[in-house]
Amino acid sequence: MDKAIFTFIDRCVACKGCEIACAVEHSRAKSLFGALAESPHPRPRVRVENAGVHSYPARCMHCEDAACIAACPMGAMTRNAATNAVYVDESKCIGCWMCVMVCPFGSVSADPVAKKAFKCDRCPDRTARGEDPACVAACPTRAMIYATPEELAAHRRQATAMNAAGKPVARVAGNVDLWRSLKGGTQK
Amino acid sequence: MNNVVTPAAEKQLLEIARSKGLETGRDRLAVMKPQCGFGELGTCCRICYMGPCRIDPFGDGPKKGVCGLSPDTMVARNLLREAVGGAASHVGHARHLLLTLRDALNGEAPYEIRGEKRLFALAELFGVPTKRRSAKDVCRDLVDIALQDFGRQDGKPNNWLSKRAPAMEQEMWEKLGLLYSNPHNEIETAMHASSMGNDADPVTLLLRTLKIGLVDGWSGLALCTDVQDILFGTPQVTTVESNVGVLEGNSVNIAVHGHNPVLSEKIMEWAGKLDKEAVAAGADRINLVGVCCTGNELSMRHGVPLAAHNAQSELVLATGAVDCMVVDIQCIWPSLPQLAKCFDTAFITTDEMVHIPGARHIEFEPHHANESAQEIVRAGIEAFAKRKGKQVDIPKLKTTAVVGLSLEAIVGILSKVDAKDPLKPVIDNVVNGNILGFAGIVGCASIKFRDGAMTEKMIKALLANNVLVVTTGCIAHICAQDGLLTSEATGKYCGDGLKAVLTALGQAAGLGGPLPPVWHMGSCVDNSRIVDLLGAVASRLGVKISQLPAVGSAPELVQEKAISIGCSFLALGTPLHVAPAPRILGSQVVTKVLTEDLVNITGAKVFVECDPEKAAAGVIEIIKEKRAALGL
Repeated sequence: MDKAIFTFIDRCVACKGCEIACAVEHSRAKSLFGALAESPHPRPRVRVENAGVHSYPARCMHCEDAACIAACPMGAMTRNAATNAVYVDESKCIGCWMCVMVCPFGSVSADPVAKKAFKCDRCPDRTARGEDPACVAACPTRAMIYATPEELAAHRRQATAMNAAGKPVARVAGNVDLWRSLKGGTQK
Repeated sequence: MNNVVTPAAEKQLLEIARSKGLETGRDRLAVMKPQCGFGELGTCCRICYMGPCRIDPFGDGPKKGVCGLSPDTMVARNLLREAVGGAASHVGHARHLLLTLRDALNGEAPYEIRGEKRLFALAELFGVPTKRRSAKDVCRDLVDIALQDFGRQDGKPNNWLSKRAPAMEQEMWEKLGLLYSNPHNEIETAMHASSMGNDADPVTLLLRTLKIGLVDGWSGLALCTDVQDILFGTPQVTTVESNVGVLEGNSVNIAVHGHNPVLSEKIMEWAGKLDKEAVAAGADRINLVGVCCTGNELSMRHGVPLAAHNAQSELVLATGAVDCMVVDIQCIWPSLPQLAKCFDTAFITTDEMVHIPGARHIEFEPHHANESAQEIVRAGIEAFAKRKGKQVDIPKLKTTAVVGLSLEAIVGILSKVDAKDPLKPVIDNVVNGNILGFAGIVGCASIKFRDGAMTEKMIKALLANNVLVVTTGCIAHICAQDGLLTSEATGKYCGDGLKAVLTALGQAAGLGGPLPPVWHMGSCVDNSRIVDLLGAVASRLGVKISQLPAVGSAPELVQEKAISIGCSFLALGTPLHVAPAPRILGSQVVTKVLTEDLVNITGAKVFVECDPEKAAAGVIEIIKEKRAALGL
């Protein structure tokens, strides 16, 4: 299986480092200061959403059975043969927003300048070099990992086994639980 | 939050703002959410350029900054710098007042001594001879004593702290090495110690934070209040109107906003003198109203209505009825001129340190106070002339509020019950349990908490449990708008014990009704009045302030000033409630010191609780512990 991005919501502290890294990766300059000088500004394809006391970096799941690919009348929604990621072939996109309508995760939006469908492409340049996608690499708390489903499942099985053996893997979480519990009153 | 109970003023004003397409802080907060956890935890360090550094609270990523800084040190340094921001604000305010007073005494600024009584009381405290001397001469000596503190490099004790602060606490501070000399030196040293490559011990950094708290408390708050009382008089009990309904459709509405009465007093004077010009422009009159703390200053000295707290400063402009908003220092949102532009409102900045894009700047310095004040008031009249006849939206919300309970005013009321020992009636009722204890609910109003009525609910829960509440600052505005500063509130919200005491005191003092259950003691610098009250009660009982059944609370923390004020209370030994969490949770050490270990150092501790009922319960629990320790 190809690698996918997996998210651990407990670890997200909403720094939005992933948003910045995503925008920079999709700039021409590939640097923060260079990206800021570009017009239009590159935009992030991942958005950290508010979720009560939690936060969640929402982006395309690159579904194996992708509704956006099925719905696109122009064949613009394309699967990258090398990485298995779903991306927009802008030369074919007519801006009908069928993909926006059918995406169950709200992960396809509209580029307001190009008037084309706009979504995560899972950083083909980076992954071709063997690097993690920009959002994963930028996350300071490892709230996202880039791994195959088998790798994640194996990791979880190992944790389950250790737990069953009465040797749970210690979770170091500082005051994070306290911090979240104290945020309660300030969240609508 | 499920139980959204936005106070009426905000609810109506927000509807007005939204109907006019105006953006407010609530809109920007919604876009800002979720807010960065590193910032909230205090583990983001931008002090040097090997960084910025962030500590992974889960322990997998970075555990230290590039320089090797631990999260404990990072959090302690950041907290110290927040406290410095607050102390610099208050000390700067105090120095401005002192220089104004000095120049007034030399005939260079059009201000006079209206608080002779306070002047002579302070002169006595500071050992300034008063016999056969004019108030001006006495005042010159007192100003010299205060100014000495700002120039001294001899390391000798700070005059304002050593003469003004309670003796038992001074002893404690001396042992802890917290006494300071020149406030400016301390602010400088704190910035120096917390810059790259200096103090890396979280404990010494925290002690320095307490020291900055003392700088804030004595060379900031106390000095501000003292000089303001000398210049403008000590507040006495006054009843004022409060809430946005104090704006008048056909008057020139001038809103003073900020903190320094050196400006607002002059605006008030010239609003009176230029009233005829307003009438000539077709207005009924000039209607001066107060926003934020300078509003508190004018309300308690002159009965000027309280229009809005800080979190409503944008919303009050959305009425379209404010002809002039004139601001000085601190808590002035940069969004205000943009909102003013949607109407005919003249938005005027006045301080050389506070320029805001989009605002008209009319420099106001004490030497030319009269000229500048006239220009500002006339700008309001001109704006009214443009606005006249256009639709305004003023919600019909107005409450009355009893304000101005300075320590002198409180003692004055209590003296009518027991002239020889004024504090006795209060102390007796604490002993017999009619009054469970005291809570100072102070500080900012935050849009993060307004839709849950955090302050109102917390205070009502305290009153029901017979806790007497004193208040200052923007929290005082919230109380006023909610009707908590009235006699009726005593009957409505207090437990039986507190109700009986306040009713008896009100009768004895001839007030024609009970004392209000929440005592308005002034602006945010007037937290010094609360300190003086605590000091007076502690000294009467012969105990330390930390032994009193008294708790402080900043239930809607916004400003760095609230951090430094909080530190000044922690140094005194007063336990504190705060919401939201200060940016300390990224450090186990700092969290433990402030929430547990500090009890063994000054007697204080911090607790965080964002739920109003639970916060009140926490305050009550501490009060009960303190009572038990006193054998009550």
